[in-house]
Formats: sequence, structure tokens, C-alpha cells
Amino acid sequence: MANTTISRSAPAALATAPWRIVVGVLLFAGAIALPFGISDYQAFQVTLALSYAIAVLGLNMLTGFSGQISLGHGAFYAIGAYTTAILMDRYDWPYWATLPVAGADCLIVGFLFGLPALRLEGLYLALATLALAVATPQLLKANALEDWTGGVQGITILKPDPPAFLPIDADRWLYFFTLAVAALMFLLAWNILRGRIGRALRAIRDHGLAAEAMGINLSTYKAWVFGVSAMFTGVAGALSAIAVQFVGPDSFDVFLSIRLLTGMVVGGLGSISGAIWGALFIEYVPNIADQISKAAPWAIYGIFLIGFMYAMPTGVAGGLRLLARRLIGRRPPSNG
Amino acid sequence: MMTRRLILTAALLGTFAAGPAAAQTPGVTATEIKIGQTQPYSGPASSYGTIGKVETAYFKMINDQGGINGRKINLISLDDGYSPPKTVEQIRRLVEQDQVLLIFQSLGTPPNSAIHKYMNAKKVPQLFVATGATKWGDPQHFPWTMGWQPSYQTEAHIYAKYLLQTKPDAKIGILYQNDDYGKDYVKGLKDGLGDKAAKMIVSEVSYEVTDPTIDSQIVTLKGSGADVFFNVTIPKFAAQAIRKAYDIDWHPLHILNNVSNSIGGVLEPAGLDKSVGLLSAQYFKDPADPIYAQEQGMKDWVAFMKKYYPDGNLADAFNVYGYLVAQTMAQVFKQCGNDLSRENVMRQAASLNMSLPLLFDGIKITTSKTDFHPIKQMRLEKFDGKRWVPFGEAVTG
Amino acid sequence: MESLLHQVLSGLATGGIYASMALALVMIYQATHHINFAQGEMAMASTYLAWSLIDAGLPYWLAFVLTVALSFVAGVAIERIVLRPVMNAPVLSVIIVFIGLLVIFNSLAGWIFTYTIKTFPTPFSSEPLLGGLISTHEVGAMAVTLTVLALLYLFFRYTPLGLAMRAAAQNPVSSRLCGIRVGWMLALGWGLAAAIGAVAGMMIAPIVFLDPNMMSGVLLYAFAGALIGGIDNPVGAVVGGFIVGVLENLAGAYVIGTELKLSFALIVIVGVLVVKPSGLFGRVLVSRV
Repeated sequence: MANTTISRSAPAALATAPWRIVVGVLLFAGAIALPFGISDYQAFQVTLALSYAIAVLGLNMLTGFSGQISLGHGAFYAIGAYTTAILMDRYDWPYWATLPVAGADCLIVGFLFGLPALRLEGLYLALATLALAVATPQLLKANALEDWTGGVQGITILKPDPPAFLPIDADRWLYFFTLAVAALMFLLAWNILRGRIGRALRAIRDHGLAAEAMGINLSTYKAWVFGVSAMFTGVAGALSAIAVQFVGPDSFDVFLSIRLLTGMVVGGLGSISGAIWGALFIEYVPNIADQISKAAPWAIYGIFLIGFMYAMPTGVAGGLRLLARRLIGRRPPSNG
Repeated sequence: MMTRRLILTAALLGTFAAGPAAAQTPGVTATEIKIGQTQPYSGPASSYGTIGKVETAYFKMINDQGGINGRKINLISLDDGYSPPKTVEQIRRLVEQDQVLLIFQSLGTPPNSAIHKYMNAKKVPQLFVATGATKWGDPQHFPWTMGWQPSYQTEAHIYAKYLLQTKPDAKIGILYQNDDYGKDYVKGLKDGLGDKAAKMIVSEVSYEVTDPTIDSQIVTLKGSGADVFFNVTIPKFAAQAIRKAYDIDWHPLHILNNVSNSIGGVLEPAGLDKSVGLLSAQYFKDPADPIYAQEQGMKDWVAFMKKYYPDGNLADAFNVYGYLVAQTMAQVFKQCGNDLSRENVMRQAASLNMSLPLLFDGIKITTSKTDFHPIKQMRLEKFDGKRWVPFGEAVTG
Repeated sequence: MESLLHQVLSGLATGGIYASMALALVMIYQATHHINFAQGEMAMASTYLAWSLIDAGLPYWLAFVLTVALSFVAGVAIERIVLRPVMNAPVLSVIIVFIGLLVIFNSLAGWIFTYTIKTFPTPFSSEPLLGGLISTHEVGAMAVTLTVLALLYLFFRYTPLGLAMRAAAQNPVSSRLCGIRVGWMLALGWGLAAAIGAVAGMMIAPIVFLDPNMMSGVLLYAFAGALIGGIDNPVGAVVGGFIVGVLENLAGAYVIGTELKLSFALIVIVGVLVVKPSGLFGRVLVSRV
């Protein structure tokens, strides 16, 4: 019998390379050490970026992995944020207890929205979700709901205190809390997406008809992924409300949904790590643009956007993958 | 030898004295005062962005003239797009990273609401907030926050009083922007009318700032039979409303809110002939009003605009507003002298008694420990096709 | 009753605004199968161009024609230069590029022209008609929209160039085999859409006043109108625009009040789409496995 050598393809090499573990440990250590080397304000920024990352991850599950476009995820971000604000302000709930509730009610709303949305494809779904994004601030201002939402005035909440036994200040505590929740959510997403469900979603995205022919129940999956995606974004909204300490209708306008969409595409569709890149983009690039030009900073932002799409049409995650493939692909195949 | 040691000791003690003093006055050095603000340079409220620009230009002029007590004023003006989370982020950056002395004229009620508690917790002055919401003048609970302009409710009370006196049987139709600014005015009017509000107000319609037109709302108001129109809209929609009301042959007593009564910014686009008979309340001089053109104060302002803010619109009343507030801030700094601690800044801001050439004669800026509303008076005025003609006394709402 | 008629007419006038932008959106969609989110801002930029020309002393019609021509060229240029590099990118990446364009146009317009509102002249008189129910300009604008619609219809249906464009959008590979220069067809589509947008902008500005944010509200309604009428159907798009305008007005005046009329109108539109997913006049696409 001839010696069959199976050359390891580049992706497989990537998956088990020891350097991956090293990078992971370094990232972990960095994430823990980070808040101590930066100011309060910068810790606050990173906390916001983390919450955006969770939101973009949620959107990515829906659009990147399952192919259903949403221009309205800002609505779920708002629902999560308001849930937390109302529970903390009106009912004195502790901040950490509000997160599961925020997630749960977004799960329900997302699922309920996903059901009729089943009938809509592409552009039409885009419009329906855009309608949701545009309607959200109006609903938040409605007189009928004013007692709950605070109407146009919004709701102010207090920053949670760190637990007494930890010698750190509130901003850093919030960072760690958000980091922990983010890690949990990312783990959850990774778990969902790498198994049977993930494969089913990708099948639905790439060829819905064939997927259905293979026995995947389109309606169930599509509606559920809407709900789960909304849940992620709702939790993100809740975290951001705790960090910003204020919710109001103007905080959740249609541009928020556009920003989340931008973050998802820039970070990388269908990529979990892409959510982090995307979040960093939407949090920091506007500030960078502002420093480059005071006269027309958003023009600079637009140029950045277009530039990113030219350089990395599949997002930063996609671009990095391509880069890695080119670098690692050069290694000669190992003999079996 | 002894003298040398004395001098050395004195020098060392001197640096120690300067050290802690500098630490207590963030944003202040011997040559510079750093202050910050957030303004909506982008997004749906960007028409207000000119206010931040005119204020920046004013401080540049002050600096060119040598600054105040030898210090130049560095105004760091950041864009928040009228989005409260962004405001929180920018304000925290200004306070914690840039270490500004105070926040000056940040614009918008939701943005300022978002930072209200933070500023007072951190004991950083939130001075001359650029909104007319009533809640900024509460020294008991929020000693570090102060407004500047007459509040929207004050203004609405003035209109209510006028209506009760001159048109007690009026049927009032209200068009308001569906946000805090609009709702604040409506509340003020209703409170001012008291028990009669329910009977007098026959129609209340709102619009969103993203709506293209408000024609439908005007049609509804005309259909309600209203003979008084309380117009709570921002300039673009105010111009639309004035023109549409004229076009559909509806001629109520048209009360126009102070935010949108600029001749150049609103009435000219709408049509001066269509604006005859408009009623409003005002506290400063409109730059497009020919009667003030020869006054020294107005000439100074025009010269300032031409030199320091040439892109600015000479007919836009917002540019006079920003100029006036910046002058107020400059006066506070003058009164502070060399003690530019935050406590003293608030103390001086709470002891103002000044008049400015571009304010109406008789209207002054006055504050005290219990009075955090610098301007409380306005005069009613009617538009005669060319200019706003004030009538009656300056009144408090 | 007079009030109802008034609201309907007012709704038609506003709907005319939406219809004209919806036409530009459909134009772009037919040519490229993309929805150009920057369409509104491009129209706004064209209108500012026209305003600058008129402000410099040019007579209205000369400025009008120049603006339409320059907008056409600009549309072609944008397609060839800005969109070329992402021609083969995923749909969403192209949408991000559109968003980038949107933001750039809006920001530059604000910087160059400031945010103070400007009046824009109308070629028709602005006198009210029918006792004030509608203005001459609004009627004129609707007539212009319908004229553009008719011209477009004739162009696509009866000219070889129009046919080539439709072919290039539907099936680029086969079109190339037939000798159609697909790239230039796309560019032409963009140019036409930009020109239509310019006309729309110049008709809209006299009604709503010219400022950099003039189109931000309109685009959503235009999008809704285009979809409710059927995105592949220019006539449907125009009708859709009118429907949205009237629906919104009636909802605000009679059904739910102005506070929630936007949400209500959108819910109705989404409801219609759920029932008729290709829009009221769109072709139902049956995909065969």
C-alpha cells in the first residue's frame, strides 16, 4: 500500500495551531489588564464597544449566518435598554438581574416579529425592519406609554457600585461585568452556530429551497433565529443603558440600526470575531474622523467606510482570514 | 548666604503654593482656560450647529484681543449628533481626559438630561445650557447646572396671559414638535391658561423632525376651527407653516415660538408678506431688523461676524444668540479674576447683574444663589412685514 | 367633507414628492438590482448645485438643464469610479458603500452651504389653486413626475438602449454574450437615476425648503412607496408613492393622530407586503428549483 500523505489544508492548520492558544491566552490577559492601564473615560468607551460587539453579534446571527437582513436591530437594543432602565428606576431591581429579563422580552418580541417576517424576502424584509427602527422612537415617546418610558424626558439610572470586597471603582467594575457577559454571550453564540443549528442556518442562507427540501423547517428556524438575535441585541442594549446611565427616545434613532449594520459588514458577515472588529469600528472611527476634520467629520467617516469596503469587502474578519491563509498556506504540507 | 537661602526657600515654597492651586483648577493654567461643549454638528438637529461655531469664533476674537486677565480661552466643541449616549461619551472625555474647567452651552434637552446627574456628582459646572427646558434652574438640587435663556414654559406663560387678556374666547390650535422642546411649550401654555385650557385648546397636532412637510397638520388645524395658532416648530417647519397657512387662506392669530422667529432664517424664506401679523416673544435684537442696523452693538456684531465667522449667516438670529451667551461667559471669567476654581466660577455665575447691547433695552441678565435663570423677561412683538415691533413691557412669564 | 378632500389632496401633493424619489430608486434598482440609499442625498446635492447656479445669476431653466446634465455625468462617474471596485462584492458591502456616499454628501453639503434653510424657486407660480386646497407648484411637480415616468416607460419599452439596460440588469452574463457593454449599462442606469433624482430634488425643494437634511425623511417613504407598488415597476412605484402620502395624511388626521401616524403608516405598509410580498403591482417571481 502506497504511503498516502494527507496534506493539511490551511484552515485545519489554523484550527489546531498552538499559536492560537497563545493568542487566546494573551487576549484574555490583555482584557483583564486593560482597564488598569487606561483612564475611567477610556474604560467607559471600551465598555460601550463591548456592548456594541454583543449587539453586532446578534445581528450577525440573523443576517450573516441566516441571511435575513435587518435594518431595525436598534429597536431591540432600545427594548433591552428600556427594560433595564424601567426595572432599575421604577422597581429598584439590581442591575445584573435586569439582564435576563431584557434578553427574555427581546427574545419574545423578536420571535413575534420574525413570524410575519417569514413571508418577506430581501428588500421587503429590509423595509419592514427599517419601519421597525423608525417607529421605535415614536413609540417610546407616545403619551400612552409615558408613565413607563418617561416619554420624551427619558429615564436616568444610577451607575451600579462595585461589590464591596473589590478595590476597584465603578467604571472598571462595569467593564469587567460587561466583559464577563460578553464572553458568555460569545460562547453561547459560538456553541449555537458551530453545531447543527449553525449548519442549518447557513443552509437556509445559501439556498433556502434546497434546505427545505433536505428537511429543515424553514419557518421554525427563521423565526427562532430572529428571536435569538433580538435577545443578544437586547442584552447589549441593557448593558449600554447601565453604562450610559440614561435612556431616551433620541438615543435609539434609525441611525443606531444603520450603525449596527455597518459594524456587522465592516467586521465581517458570518463571522463571530467580526463582531468585535465591527464594534471597534463604530465606537472609535467617528472619534478618529472628528480629529481628522472638524469641518466635515462625517465625510471622513464615509471615506473610511468606503475604504474599508474596497480593501476588505468581506469585512475585517474576512480580510484577516485571507491574510492568514496567504501566510500560512506557504508552509509545506506535513507528511502523514 | 542667608539671602540666597531665603530666596531659594521662597522659590520652593512658591512652587508648592502654585502646585496644589493648579490641581484644584483643572483646565486652567497661567495662560489658558480650557472649556468644553457638545453641539449637534451632524444629525437632524444640525441647524443648531452654527451656535457652537459662532461661540468658538467669539472666543477667538477675545483671544486676539489679549484674552481675559491674560488667559486665552480654548473652547473645545465636540459633535454629539444630538444623541445622548454620544453626549455622555464626549462630555466624559472633556471632563476626564481633556480636563476642562467647565462645560459651556451644551445643546439640547436630551443630551443635557443625560449628563445632568454626572455633572453635579462630579461637581463640574454645566453652565448656560443651550435649551429652554425649565428644569435647569434648580440650584437646590442641581447646584452645578445653570440655564441661560428664558425657559419655554416662561415664554408660553407670557402667551397664555396675553390670550386670557385679549382673546379670552379664543379657539387655540397647537402644532408642536414631538419632543421635549415641543411638549415643554405645550405644557407651559396649558399651565398658563389654567382651567380654561381644556376649553380653549381645540386641536393639538404634532410632527416628527424627520417629516418632510407639515402641510397635513395645518389642514387639520384649519379644519378644527381654531382662530389662534400656537406654532411650536423649528425654523424649517415654521417657514412651511407660515406659508401653508397663508396659502390655504387660514388667517388665525399666529403665535410663533422664540426659537423660530428669525427674520432671515424663517420669515424671509416663508415670505415677508405672508408673515404679517405674526406674534412672538423676544429678548434680543434680530440681526435682519433694519432698525437696529445703525446701533453700535449691532455694528460690532456684524464686524465680528465678517472677520471671525465669515461663513456664518448674517441674517440668522442663532448667531446673535450664541454671541450673547459667549459674552455672558466672558463676563463670568472677568468676574472670577484669578480664582478660576470651579466653585468660584459657579459663585460668579450666580452673581450676575449685567446688560448687553444686543439684548432688548430693559432686559438684563441677573442671577443669584436662588435664581439660576439668567434671563427671565421677554417682550411681546408683532411682525409688520418688515420688522418685529415690540409692544408692551418686558414681562416675566 | 371639505377637510377630507383637503387632506387627500395634501396627501397627493406630499405623495408626489415620495413618488418622484421612488421613481429614482426604481430606476437604480432596474438598472443595477441595488437600492441606492444615497439617492436622496445625491438629489439634495443636485438641488444645491442648481441653487448655486441660480444664485450666480443663471436663469431658472438654464440652471435646471445644466443641473440635470451634470447630475447625469456625476451619476455615471460615481458608478464607474466609486462602485467599480466593489462590483463583485456581497450585496451588503455595496450597501455600506452607499451609506458611505450618503454620509459624505450630507456632510459636505452641510459644510459648504450651512444648515440655514434656503428658498428654491419654482418654474410654476406658487399661487394656490382650488381655493387653497393645493398649490400650482404642487400640481406642476406631480405633472413633471408623471412626465418623467412616461418618458422612462417609453425609453425602457421601445428603445434598443432601454432594452439593453434591462437585459444587463437581469442577466449580465447572457447580455455580454449578446454584445451588450454591461459595465456601461450600469453606469448609464446610475446616470439616469441621478438625473431623475435631480429633477425630483428641484421639484421638492420649493415645497419643503432646501437644507442638507431635506431628503432624509423622504427616502424612507420613497422606499416604502416603491416597495408597496412593486420595486420592478416604475408605474407601481409612482402609484405607491402617492398611496403612502395619502395614507399617512389620512392616518394622521382621522385614524390615530399625528403622534403615531408614522408608525401606523409603516405598519400598514408592512402588512400589505406580508399579504402581497411583491407589492401591489409587482410581478410575482416564481423560482424554479
